[in-house]
Amino acid sequence: MAQSKPQNVFAPWNDPQEKPLIRFQNVTKRFGTFTAIDNLTLDIYRREFFALLGPSGCGKTTMMRMLAGFETPTEGTILIDGVDVGPIPPNKRAVNMMFQSYALFPHLTVEDNIAFGLRRDKTDRSSIADRVSEMLRLTRLEKFAKRKPHQISGGQRQRVALARSLAKAPKLLLLDEPLGALDRKLREQTQFELMDIQEKTGTTFVIVTHDQEEAMTVASRVAVMDHGKVIQVDTPAGIYETPNSVYVADFIGDVNIIRGKAHPADGGLIRIHYAEGAEPILATPTQPVAAGQDVAFAIRPEKIVVAWEPDHSRANHARGKIIDIAYLGNISTYHLELPSGQKVSAQMTNARRLARRDFTWDDEVWLSWSDTAGVVLQD
Amino acid sequence: MNLRRVTLIALPYLWLLGFFLVPFLIVLKIALSDTAVAIPPYTPTLDLSGGWAAIRDFFGQLDFENFTWLTEDELYWKSYLSSVRIAAISTFITLLVGYPIAYAMAQSPDEWRPTLMMLVILPFWTSFLIRVYAWIGILSNEGFLNQFLLWTGLIDTPLTIMNTTTAVYVGIVYTYLPFMILPIYAALEKLDGSLIEAAEDLGCSRLSAFWLVTLPLSRPGVIAGCFLVFIPALGEFVIPSLLGGSQTLMIGKVLWEEFFSNRDWPVASAVAVVLLLLLIIPIVLFQKNQQRQQEAEQ
Ligand SMILES: Nc1ncnc2c1ncn2[C@@H]1O[C@H](COP(=O)(O)OP(=O)(O)OP(=O)(O)O)[C@@H](O)[C@H]1O
Ligand SMILES: [Mg+2]
Repeated sequence: MAQSKPQNVFAPWNDPQEKPLIRFQNVTKRFGTFTAIDNLTLDIYRREFFALLGPSGCGKTTMMRMLAGFETPTEGTILIDGVDVGPIPPNKRAVNMMFQSYALFPHLTVEDNIAFGLRRDKTDRSSIADRVSEMLRLTRLEKFAKRKPHQISGGQRQRVALARSLAKAPKLLLLDEPLGALDRKLREQTQFELMDIQEKTGTTFVIVTHDQEEAMTVASRVAVMDHGKVIQVDTPAGIYETPNSVYVADFIGDVNIIRGKAHPADGGLIRIHYAEGAEPILATPTQPVAAGQDVAFAIRPEKIVVAWEPDHSRANHARGKIIDIAYLGNISTYHLELPSGQKVSAQMTNARRLARRDFTWDDEVWLSWSDTAGVVLQD
Repeated sequence: MNLRRVTLIALPYLWLLGFFLVPFLIVLKIALSDTAVAIPPYTPTLDLSGGWAAIRDFFGQLDFENFTWLTEDELYWKSYLSSVRIAAISTFITLLVGYPIAYAMAQSPDEWRPTLMMLVILPFWTSFLIRVYAWIGILSNEGFLNQFLLWTGLIDTPLTIMNTTTAVYVGIVYTYLPFMILPIYAALEKLDGSLIEAAEDLGCSRLSAFWLVTLPLSRPGVIAGCFLVFIPALGEFVIPSLLGGSQTLMIGKVLWEEFFSNRDWPVASAVAVVLLLLLIIPIVLFQKNQQRQQEAEQ
């Protein structure tokens, strides 16, 4: 969620004048009778860092491979820069892909791997050499230029793959789970490197990842996919704070889902009756809700305050019994049971050392949250 | 524990000693002897009952006469040369035929591969001799090939293929093709398909991706296949004598004739020893290649 710089004006998707770099128009891809991509329509803009997120087998790689030209859509068209790329073979597209397996040429040195794409373009020797050393510097691989891929570490290999795909300065760079094999430290470091490269080169990135934290860190926008469909496309903050469905809310981060019936309240708010005898939840819907409609209330654990007394500055309160505590160092997660039997988890930062030790198992505590802390979902 | 290890290491050496070194020494000894009208047809023979004097006398009679003879009669070095040439050319033809077959096998759907592999090995299930005889039936003037070509009207007099070097090439290429296909196939099958995609992604056409990625990565298989064909082809005797007739000069055939037609065991043994020395060079190179490949895989 490091939407870092204050110049948060980069939002071409909100600008109707802006032409997308990539446009999927009703794209469907079938393998035999199996539909891997189902009627996908999606725009990706220039200079975006676009993340694809979704469970295994939902079609992320298939999407990338269609962009790179290794698969052709069964139906629909893909436009890159306004041109239908359907008939264009992979070697004629200004798109480079960094393969999940890196796909480094084992018989070539690091240097030759990086130069491989440049040499295909009949560029003159000295400018190739310049570009290669620039890439080596960028990925901090100067020392390994003469080595073969099997003589360097996994993380270095990954940087070679990145340098190789960047070398041709493609309009569009596709990264298929590029950091999957790295340890946490190296991964975070490389994520920032990627963002840095993106800022310097202005290339458009599409990245596939299984790691939602990674998507949140690097992406300008995130697409959450399921079964070949895009469920929601939004900024990381948007996806996290205002998921459009229980699926998205559940997929990104931890969430409490409380189902109930909505009843209108003052000021456009609603009350969600979720259990007999329990105080209804006061919530702010994003869309109009009919009286008596079934809704799901999604609230993140960190938005619920746990205390001995109800917090009267917040609109909602409920009693809860602590059934489990997970101490994670910087935060603690409390698993609680409401009188209605509903299970809820809440998260508190451990600001003071061992401060929250005063809550323990079976304690009766109060949960408080504001009327805007959660999202009302209808599906 | 040490005894176990010593035994394990000693076993292959004992095997080599018993089945290679001892026979080789016997052949070498015969090569250093003279012909004689006797059984066995050479002299001297070692008579241990004679004591030290007899042994000294025995070694005194050994000489390099036969090896000198090999350099004097041009038949021998011409045969060696011709063998190397025929083996090299047929290795090359085998490569040209075998590579596309191996490539096609590696590209075929997974479920087809075991069957294709079977088909490549299938000829080994019949006797080598029968297969070579079958080629006589195909290549001779009245053979199937000529009959077929006459029938199609492509030719009006039968082609003379039997008893020419061409027939020898056909025989060697046919016989040793599996030895070329299998190592190349093994190399190509291991090849990661995403490497080809990566090459195309970086701007290669299909053809240049093959030339820049597939071919270099299958090189160890190509080298292994070439040696596996070249080494046995060099000493080949059955194919040139059955298909090549008197025209083809190959050292294997000369060797056979020295042994069985001339009954000149010492000269035949000398020929064999020189052939072995000739073969050592490619065998050592082959070993080097295998070793390098294994190291690269680690
Ligand atoms: N060549 C193919 N033939 C048949 N089915 C395929 C083929 N390629 C992909 N699929 C199927 O299409 C679906 C989507 O595959 P894809 O590789 O795009 O998934 P993914 O989202 O990248 O998954 P993962 O996160 O595990 O990499 C999968 O169910 C897969 O089995
Ligand atoms: Mg994938």
